[in-house]
Amino acid sequence: MNMTDTNSSSTAAASAPGRRQGEVILDLQNISLRFGGVKALTDISFNIREHEVRAIIGPNGAGKSSMLNVINGVYHPQEGRIMFRGEERKKMEPHVAAQQGIARTFQNIALFKGMSVLDNIMTGRNLRMKCNIFQQALWLGPALREEIAHREKVEEIVDFLEIQHIRKTPVGALPYGLQKRVDLGRALAMEPQILLLDEPMAGMNVEEKQDMCRFILDISDQFGTTIVLIEHDMGVVMDISDRVVVLDYGKKIGDGTPHEVRNNQDVINAYLGSGH
Amino acid sequence: MGFFIETMLGGLMTGMLYALVALGFVLIFKASGVFNFAQGAMVLVAALAMARFSEWSNAALGGDSLFLANVIGIIGAGAVMFLVAWAVERFVLRKLVNQEGATLLMVTLGIAYVLEGLGQTFFGSEIYSINVGMPKDPVIMFEGLIEGGVMINKEDFIAAALAAVLVGGLTLFFQKTAIGRALRAVADDHQAAQSVGIPLNKTWVIVWCVAGLVALVAGIIWGSKMGVQFSLVTVALRALPVVILGGLTSVPGAIVGGLIIGVGEKLSEVYLGPFVGGGIEIWFAYVMALIVLLFRPQGLFGEKIINRV
Ligand SMILES: Nc1ncnc2c1ncn2[C@@H]1O[C@H](COP(=O)(O)OP(=O)(O)O)[C@@H](O)[C@H]1O
Ligand SMILES: [Mg+2]
Repeated sequence: MNMTDTNSSSTAAASAPGRRQGEVILDLQNISLRFGGVKALTDISFNIREHEVRAIIGPNGAGKSSMLNVINGVYHPQEGRIMFRGEERKKMEPHVAAQQGIARTFQNIALFKGMSVLDNIMTGRNLRMKCNIFQQALWLGPALREEIAHREKVEEIVDFLEIQHIRKTPVGALPYGLQKRVDLGRALAMEPQILLLDEPMAGMNVEEKQDMCRFILDISDQFGTTIVLIEHDMGVVMDISDRVVVLDYGKKIGDGTPHEVRNNQDVINAYLGSGH
Repeated sequence: MGFFIETMLGGLMTGMLYALVALGFVLIFKASGVFNFAQGAMVLVAALAMARFSEWSNAALGGDSLFLANVIGIIGAGAVMFLVAWAVERFVLRKLVNQEGATLLMVTLGIAYVLEGLGQTFFGSEIYSINVGMPKDPVIMFEGLIEGGVMINKEDFIAAALAAVLVGGLTLFFQKTAIGRALRAVADDHQAAQSVGIPLNKTWVIVWCVAGLVALVAGIIWGSKMGVQFSLVTVALRALPVVILGGLTSVPGAIVGGLIIGVGEKLSEVYLGPFVGGGIEIWFAYVMALIVLLFRPQGLFGEKIINRV
């Protein structure tokens, strides 16, 4: 990746206006995270506003994924506070983050390999299913009706992501690009307020990237979902994000609009220095 | 010919029970990565609880209604198994998430000793009986087809049918319900499952409850056949080679493996036994499992190499 090679970003500034940017929904304050001796994150602060597309960029090993894992409760930072809708969030597990409306995709796809595309996306509806184990085990009416209702919602997502043709395919048999799309579909099925995307376009060809960009923008426009996006492709970041935070060696070295960040000398150095 | 088929059928019927217990192993392994050595102890505890609760309530009822006493016994034993599942999650699994497979395996050995000890402390350590009205007499079948017909033990037949129904029911539950889907999700990927809001803890309690249910049914069947005593543990551990043979992560593997071992045991006992001396059915299953391991380390149906045990 090269900071000067971003001609596709000419419309960067133009994409930001018009999008709703609301209150601060998540405020990360002085977050530090260590693994033994490794400092993955050092004293990082930034916030995320409702409805925006917030990008996190930085060289490999900068701590981007760690940051996402902090947000959805996989890692617990040794220092710092996380304010969620103005209240300090307690240390919690990922499934609690899910209950609070935070969904995510994974850098290394983590789909349920033994299941079909539909079943994978159906798991995203899990929290919204209310029937108890006995109703389900005995296939009682309410359980069946609930299943059908959620199946309809899942079909909507399948249509939205244009994956009708692979609905019944076991995900393990799908090419990489489509798996990424199913991963997104599963997160979308949760109808989240905040959607965390860890390199959703990594390893994709140009066409697949364009599709993914379109989906992300459509999600933002149609559902108003707050999106936190880790991405390596600078052109993409400039195109679709409202604000960008830049990490390097676990430290924050830049924060602002794509335009501001691109002209930030520290950021330019980090990218040139790391050989991207 | 009739004798051969008789032996085969006998093996299939025993094998169905192995399949049931093996299913308990597989479910727990898939959902929590734990190779549960305590499954045998769970069978013992379930059978003890069943035998004693029904005995006590039978006495309290003045011996009037064995049926009611048995129902109370089953409910009581079910409650005990639920308690075991809850305690295992609460006091063991929760503390040991993400530990090495070997550590977890040792832990289940510990759980086994605790269960055996507590079970015998609470319920006694003598030989007890379970009487759920299993018929003990044999029937002759297929007389028209085979000369002399085939003699089948009714008790074995009912037991096998019960096991088959339970195995089928559980398989359907896992394939066709939302909770089953959530359990499969946890089995496939802990992180991803949590990210969609599936709590691991609750999942583990459910899976251990299912294993408890399996243990209860197996305990009642074997207990009523040969009395409730410590050796039930060993009988249940006969399902061990079954999961090795079938593959630790495969439900169909547990079923097919159970049937293969059941039949293999019986045939070897009858046809090889006279040459190598008795007791062959005890180790033959392991030899079969080992042979399979030589060619397919992941078992007949297992996925890739298991790096957890
Ligand atoms: N679970 C973990 N255990 C130990 N070290 C980790 C763990 N997760 C991340 N790290 C370390 O933290 C640093 C940041 O990693 P990561 O957040 O994955 O970076 P990025 O996503 O920006 O490439 C790296 O040095 C990595 O080795
Ligand atoms: Mg990463």
